[in-house]
Amino acid sequence: MKLSADKLCCARGGRPVVSELSFSLSSGDGMMLSGPNGSGKTTLLRAIAGFGEITGGELHLDSLKDTDELSQACLYIGHHNAIKPQLSVQENIDFWASFGGGDVAAALASFSLEPIKDVPASMLSAGQRRRVGLSRLALAKRPVWLLDEPATSLDKASTKTLSQLMQSYLDEGGILIAASHTDFDITLNKNLVLGDQGTAL
Amino acid sequence: MFRYANPTRFMALTSVLLPWTIALTVVSFAAGLYGGLFTAPPDYQQGETVRIMFVHVPAAWMAMAAYSFMALASLVAIVWKHPLADVAAKSAAPIGACFTFLALVTGSLWGKPMWGAWWVWDARLTSMLILFFLYLGYIAIWQTIEEPIRAGRIAAILAMVGFINIPIIKFSVEWWNSLHQSASIIKVGGPSIHISILWPLLVMITAYTLLFAVLLMLSMRSEVLKRRIRSIRIAKVEGFG
Amino acid sequence: MNEFMAVLRRDIKLAAAQGGGLGMAIGFFLIVVSLIPFGVGPDLNLLARVAPGILWIALLLSVLLSLDRLFQADYEDGSLEHLVVGRAPLEFIIVAKVLAHWITTGVPLIMATPILGFFLNLEPDAFGILVLTMLIGTPALNFVGAAGAALTVGIRRGGLLLSLIVLPLYVPILVFGVSAVQSSMLGPDGSMQTMMILAAFTLASAALAPIAAAAALRANLR
Repeated sequence: MKLSADKLCCARGGRPVVSELSFSLSSGDGMMLSGPNGSGKTTLLRAIAGFGEITGGELHLDSLKDTDELSQACLYIGHHNAIKPQLSVQENIDFWASFGGGDVAAALASFSLEPIKDVPASMLSAGQRRRVGLSRLALAKRPVWLLDEPATSLDKASTKTLSQLMQSYLDEGGILIAASHTDFDITLNKNLVLGDQGTAL
Repeated sequence: MFRYANPTRFMALTSVLLPWTIALTVVSFAAGLYGGLFTAPPDYQQGETVRIMFVHVPAAWMAMAAYSFMALASLVAIVWKHPLADVAAKSAAPIGACFTFLALVTGSLWGKPMWGAWWVWDARLTSMLILFFLYLGYIAIWQTIEEPIRAGRIAAILAMVGFINIPIIKFSVEWWNSLHQSASIIKVGGPSIHISILWPLLVMITAYTLLFAVLLMLSMRSEVLKRRIRSIRIAKVEGFG
Repeated sequence: MNEFMAVLRRDIKLAAAQGGGLGMAIGFFLIVVSLIPFGVGPDLNLLARVAPGILWIALLLSVLLSLDRLFQADYEDGSLEHLVVGRAPLEFIIVAKVLAHWITTGVPLIMATPILGFFLNLEPDAFGILVLTMLIGTPALNFVGAAGAALTVGIRRGGLLLSLIVLPLYVPILVFGVSAVQSSMLGPDGSMQTMMILAAFTLASAALAPIAAAAALRANLR
């Protein structure tokens, strides 16, 4: 597996945000996106996931160029957790499992959600909600992970769990791009620092 | 009054009161229905149909009484912040809505032989219909707002606004109806009701009131338990980290 | 198919859960119809004459108002993004959502119409045909409305915009829905033709609206 961008340009709301970005990631590569607010980290991740305006350049996953198939290969975890407050933790994960496939028990176990699986999601704290959202990482097997500030409102222990999950994913040959201000316990082998104008520094 | 505002005391008190109230309700319903359906004479104009009155009038009376109770409980909840006043107001609403619905249905059944139509836009029935909508709105607030304290406050304000509005609505509906005065509207009762009709009616009103008390107690108990479960759950979720 | 059923089941469950607003559309429907006599007076003959039209207009408004949230909740909590890039075609997902919405609000609304028919002194003979035309015609309201809801998702004051966009598109359904009821009141078999046209609207909207809605959702997520 190889994810590569060649002079990729993306826009947000018609305004160019990311310009002429090139990178190449093979199986087992993790890339940390960093840069100030507004430098286009989210825009880039969303563009790869299929929700952005790609205004120039090319994006490839092996031979896949068509955005629909490429985005189906990606698991994008954005700022929102895609949780229904009226449903319990288990029901929420059940839905995503029946929608995209995957092992519910493994997902519940990944962020130790077992004890609160019957609680309506509306009762959860922000950190617990984030854990439910992230448990989808353990649900479906996808070749590319795109994580946007995954550690938001997580405590130390859960951040560690997340780091372990990311590490074992990379060991299995996954490709990972994360935008985060939090330090993980693992270091990703690639770094991409975006400047003010959305260009690589 | 303050003594019984404590949910634990309330649970203990109602568990003693409930069986007695249920027994009284059954007895008064039996007496009232017997009086209404068998001993009371048929009306010289309406015949046997008049017996619907013994089910309809108390229901209509309770529909308004329950709303008044709800508004009063809401006032207590807002001013004194009694933990049980909220619960009482919330529990009274669906019961009151059911009485209103019963009044509407029996009114409609009564109307068919009297007016020749299932529904006539008579001032009394129409006011009752609007009251039903007020109940629906109040219940919808509780359904929509998840957090009980906030839902309680907003619902309480609505109940009081509605209560102030009821006489205005009633007045304007009567005004509207008199503008379009249609055929003959039969007034229930009249200045002088014969004693053989009056006593079953009064017994039925008592029975309905007792039924309201029974249902209210049951509903409040389950609401108190529901809130306990909720707080236990929240404690559990928070303890889990 | 798996995804289709998953979305259908979830949306029905959500509608039934607290805050789903299942009863609210019916409440709105009841109130709108009950307001009419205050405006036109309680003359039963007059009410009976305008009843089919009033019931259809009130139904249409209730459906429209409840459609406002069809994609909005999924958009706000981020589910929509995942639904869009799922393996199942987005058009299927939209059909599942519309179907769930029809089952949870359309059908209960239709079941409430006979009660409202009594209020408006509609002839009991017309109840059956009224319910039948509504069963045939409301899916069209839902599908067309879903396309509108997809266009306005994520827009502030989207509810008003939605009405502005969709109500003109509801005109044909209203015309044929009402005329089917009225012609049935004149005599038997009078309504067959209009019902067929109504059914054609429903089938056409079921085929075309999901495509438009999917395109609109994709555009709104960019």
